[in-house]
Amino acid sequence: MTFTLFQSIWSIVVLITFLGIVVWAFSSKRKSAFDEAARLPFEDDQLTDNDKPSAE
Amino acid sequence: MTSTETYNYKVVRQFSIMTIIWGLVGMAVGVLIAAQLAWPVLNFDIPWLTFSRLRPLHTNAVIFAFGGCALFATSYYVVQHTCHVKLAFPALAAFTFWGWQTVILLAAITLPLGITSSKEYAELEWPIDILITLVWVSYAVVFFGTILKRRIPHIYVANWFFGAFIITVAVLHLFNSAALPVSFWKSYSAYAGVQDAMVQWWYGHNAVGFFLTAGFLGIMYYFVPKQAGRPVYSYRLSVVHFWALVFTYIWAGPHHLHYTALPDWAQSLGMIMSLILLAPSWGGMINGIMTLSGAWHKLRTDPVLRLLIVSISFYGMSTFEGPMMSIKTVNALSHYTDWTIGHVHSGALGWVALVSMGAMYYLIPRLFGRELYSLKLVEVHFWTATIGIVLYIASMWVAGIMQGLMWRAVNTDGTLTYSFVESVQAMHPYYIVRTLGGAFFLLGAVVMAYNLWRTIADAKPVEVQIPEPASAH
Repeated sequence: MTFTLFQSIWSIVVLITFLGIVVWAFSSKRKSAFDEAARLPFEDDQLTDNDKPSAE
Repeated sequence: MTSTETYNYKVVRQFSIMTIIWGLVGMAVGVLIAAQLAWPVLNFDIPWLTFSRLRPLHTNAVIFAFGGCALFATSYYVVQHTCHVKLAFPALAAFTFWGWQTVILLAAITLPLGITSSKEYAELEWPIDILITLVWVSYAVVFFGTILKRRIPHIYVANWFFGAFIITVAVLHLFNSAALPVSFWKSYSAYAGVQDAMVQWWYGHNAVGFFLTAGFLGIMYYFVPKQAGRPVYSYRLSVVHFWALVFTYIWAGPHHLHYTALPDWAQSLGMIMSLILLAPSWGGMINGIMTLSGAWHKLRTDPVLRLLIVSISFYGMSTFEGPMMSIKTVNALSHYTDWTIGHVHSGALGWVALVSMGAMYYLIPRLFGRELYSLKLVEVHFWTATIGIVLYIASMWVAGIMQGLMWRAVNTDGTLTYSFVESVQAMHPYYIVRTLGGAFFLLGAVVMAYNLWRTIADAKPVEVQIPEPASAH
């Protein structure tokens, strides 16, 4: 296998990996897990009420 | 319910305070060298104070001392608070603090003495490079060690950005600083000619991409939601733009070498990858700003939040300008002119410095269990800093485009219209405005330092308990 061929295959592998990540991230199955993850910074609040996410 | 274990705030406090101090030092040197360009007499004919020696001191101080300390402080704070564990290896964490301060002191001594490897943003000579490597590996061990013992199954997105920043900077530093020492304070690069240039700018642009972007996006993803009191706008967008950023940034370096001996295809590749970068960059910018959607009114009352949001706006602006300047035909005009300096400072002052300062306004009162001394002074800081940035970048745009046009102007017989020194003379008023802009920005930083000093002057360090793992899921 020439180096150029290796590079070409590698580019396609990386592109497909990235597209896979996009599909995975936007799949509806991930929604609730991501919503939960997004609230992670607010889980250890003990300083002020200011830090808590507003209930909107 | 909380456990009796507390977070390691000591090292976070140390780095936070040094962030403020090195920020003042680095920006003051910046104002001095800006003034030297307008009034060269200000180097007082002392070799250690010449522009050529103080300029690397300025860049090292603001990027690695100010920016570096801000990244250490915030990453150590965020990783503990989003993993619900104490920092791993406390002795090693303490070593990263003292080791990093030693690196900074050595830089402050060697650079004015003219000891330099002459690689931009990697000027420090090989003994210091080895110390940097030791500190950085320790940093990685502490950070990833903390991630490994986390009590929350999910690794929050800010930690992904911090992690990418730590790994990539390690790789960049090792490859670019590879050198052959000829004496204790002199070494020569392991690479030669155009390869050396390419390795240098692979390093140089990824120092921007991972040190000054990924790390500070980590800051954004924690401190903007916290200050706004709202979770990040789109978590899935944060995942996608993280990977897009990591996959593309690494290729953008060749745009620093347009129209050089670098092969043409490599230049074009660098340009294309730089253009593609607009998408992940703006993904991050939109995600940061839209975190405020539905809570825009908070901008009116919270100057710290305003500082953070304006920093993200400057991030969006400079990541639009960057890809545009990487286009070869635009670069033919902009390269080697002050436009580049303006572009860098719209990112460095507008994005990196402001987001760090916003994070410090959030962090330092909490590390000492105090309320911020004065919101009014944050307001003063916000406006002086913003006016300073606008003066700086607007003057450099005009200066840079004018330089580029003067250099390429030809008479009908094919001779150059202007001599080089005429373009230097034409810069004088813009250099004065730039100095004024820098001075405004420095003044804002002084106001911040005073405000934070009053906040913690008679405060005692606080211990904060780690929540019980029951809150994990």
